[in-house]
Amino acid sequence: MKIHEYQGKELFRQFGVNVPKGIPAFSVDEAVAAAEELGGPIWVVKAQIHAGGRGLGGGVKVCKSIDEVREKANQILGMQLKTHQTGPGGQKVRRLYIEDGANIARELYLSMLLDRDTGSIVIMASTEGGMNIEDVAHDTPERIVKEWIDPRVGLQGFQCRKVAYALGLEGKTVRSASKFMQALYSCYLSKDCSMVEINPLVVTAEGDLIALDAKVNFDDNALFRNKDVLALRDLDEEDPKEIEASKHALSYIDLDGNVGCLVNGAGLAMATMDILKHYGAEPANFLDVGGSATTERVTAAFKIILSDPRVEAIFVNIFGGIMKCDTIANGVVAAAKEVGIDRPLIVRLEGTNVELGKAILAESDVAIIAADDMKDGAQKAVAAAANYAANR
Amino acid sequence: MPVLVDKNTRLIVQGITGNAGAFHTRQCIKYGTQVVAGVTPGKGGQVFDETVPIFNTVAEAVASTDANATMIFVPPPFAADAIMEAADAEIPLIVAITEGVPVADMMRAKTYLEGKKSRLIGPNCPGIITPGQCKIGIMPGHIHKSGHVGVVSRSGTLTYEAVGQLSALGIGQSTCIGIGGDPIKGTDFIDALALFEADEQTRAVIMIGEIGGSAEEEAAAWIKANMKKPVAAFIAGLTAPPGRRMGHAGAIISGGKGTGQGKVAALNENGIAVAPTPGDMGNILVETARKADVALH
Repeated sequence: MKIHEYQGKELFRQFGVNVPKGIPAFSVDEAVAAAEELGGPIWVVKAQIHAGGRGLGGGVKVCKSIDEVREKANQILGMQLKTHQTGPGGQKVRRLYIEDGANIARELYLSMLLDRDTGSIVIMASTEGGMNIEDVAHDTPERIVKEWIDPRVGLQGFQCRKVAYALGLEGKTVRSASKFMQALYSCYLSKDCSMVEINPLVVTAEGDLIALDAKVNFDDNALFRNKDVLALRDLDEEDPKEIEASKHALSYIDLDGNVGCLVNGAGLAMATMDILKHYGAEPANFLDVGGSATTERVTAAFKIILSDPRVEAIFVNIFGGIMKCDTIANGVVAAAKEVGIDRPLIVRLEGTNVELGKAILAESDVAIIAADDMKDGAQKAVAAAANYAANR
Repeated sequence: MPVLVDKNTRLIVQGITGNAGAFHTRQCIKYGTQVVAGVTPGKGGQVFDETVPIFNTVAEAVASTDANATMIFVPPPFAADAIMEAADAEIPLIVAITEGVPVADMMRAKTYLEGKKSRLIGPNCPGIITPGQCKIGIMPGHIHKSGHVGVVSRSGTLTYEAVGQLSALGIGQSTCIGIGGDPIKGTDFIDALALFEADEQTRAVIMIGEIGGSAEEEAAAWIKANMKKPVAAFIAGLTAPPGRRMGHAGAIISGGKGTGQGKVAALNENGIAVAPTPGDMGNILVETARKADVALH
């Protein structure tokens, strides 16, 4: 789960991680009021979207007067902000963050995330702050410092100092850095984060460390015990189809293609997307209907897929293990009747009770193109989609 | 000697009285697995389906029944605790089916298991099956056939697809290990491959990976350096967009790493054939064994 920069910074404040003063604003008037409260002399008006690269995209503006704040707020609020991390259409800016300008002496990079290779949390730090860290990793990997945290003992003081000295910090800034990292680690653990990234982490002219940005992601599996984090969810930043899917416990991801998929199991669902592409179509979505194909779930899945006008055919690919093929067949028939399927429907069933399932589909009056196996199903789906598109 | 589980395996089910636990215990018993005990704290003394005694703790269950494996259906908030309890009771094999265990909990559980006598498979996995002998998990037993191909996979139904294809070609499986879809797991590809390489009954292996992490890349290099038996592979998620979690907690391309293309390249570079489509998993395994002059029947 992702949150906005202003929410991440509020979280940091709670844990004593140093951030500039800032106030969120949802209108131009609120932005002006926030700037007046902060006092200046420099403010930064920042677009709040769940994507990085906002600065380069024109979503972050430094202002030297209240009038300028008003002007920039007006410009940025409501804009379609395009960055290298949004889609080509960009994302609409609905929230702003008005922040105290900082006295930047140096820009560093600092993050904490799970290193899957070691199964432990790794600190990544670099003197190359304010840049795309993936570029740094590619071009000058020696400028990235990594320090792994032993889960048995947690982050140790000597590790913080190691990182601080590697970043070229000196004197009291080393102590500030250690304190900063410990606070960040405490936040990471307490809130079950999956990543915290501060880019840039600024060293001020006074030698203090301050997080100029905050990107905080959370372990979805731990949201059940972090209800305060769950409350920060911004549905405006999510695809409406995906929001609808999550209400029905469907695992759904919206894509750009022309063949919709309905599959049981994440691995099989990914493989289904892959095989469609192999035969010349593009998957319109990822959808794992899960282990229990209730009619309600299958109906909800169909509705979501059909609400996408780009879908030209639907491929239902089921390998029933515990899920019985007759159960899914009944679900498909009932759903088709309730929703009214107006695009070609290709169904491939395999596994438990497959013959019964196939019989149910054959005997129903729902127009279904039956497939013998996964290849056959994918090829039929691709052909049906092309045919539908040609005759549209 | 089958890999990890056989007809002598004596299984405990932790979470036996929950919906999923109860259902799958019955399925495993039907398949022929020796389920000797259940564990649900507070229900010790009861009997499941008139045959399986339930205990309050894993230690009691082991002491009473000499169990040597456990299948965990405990819900996510308590699953890591269940894993650690089983390790404390020194059960040699722990199979954690539960999906949704917090990463921090698995980090702790895995650390706890270091130096202990237990091997963990999972979490978020379909389990392990030696066809005809022992099923620990949720896979449909009837699609499996006893034979000589080892199967190791991060997926559930995609594994059944592969097994279905192999069985339809008349090719049986020695043992199928579902290592699961989470980023932190008890057993990874290399662990499973090492077991298959050492197993007399296994003559070839198919490995089924997906986007996220670098386990397939590491396995590719390990296979080249350490395995004589032929290995074929399939990687799911070549069409997955970056930065999105594709169902499995571990199926995510982050920071440009863990792409399907990268994994296929690593496998190919190390001489391991990768099925071009999921419909070709059985075929590629057959072809690979044939090229290596290994008989699968």
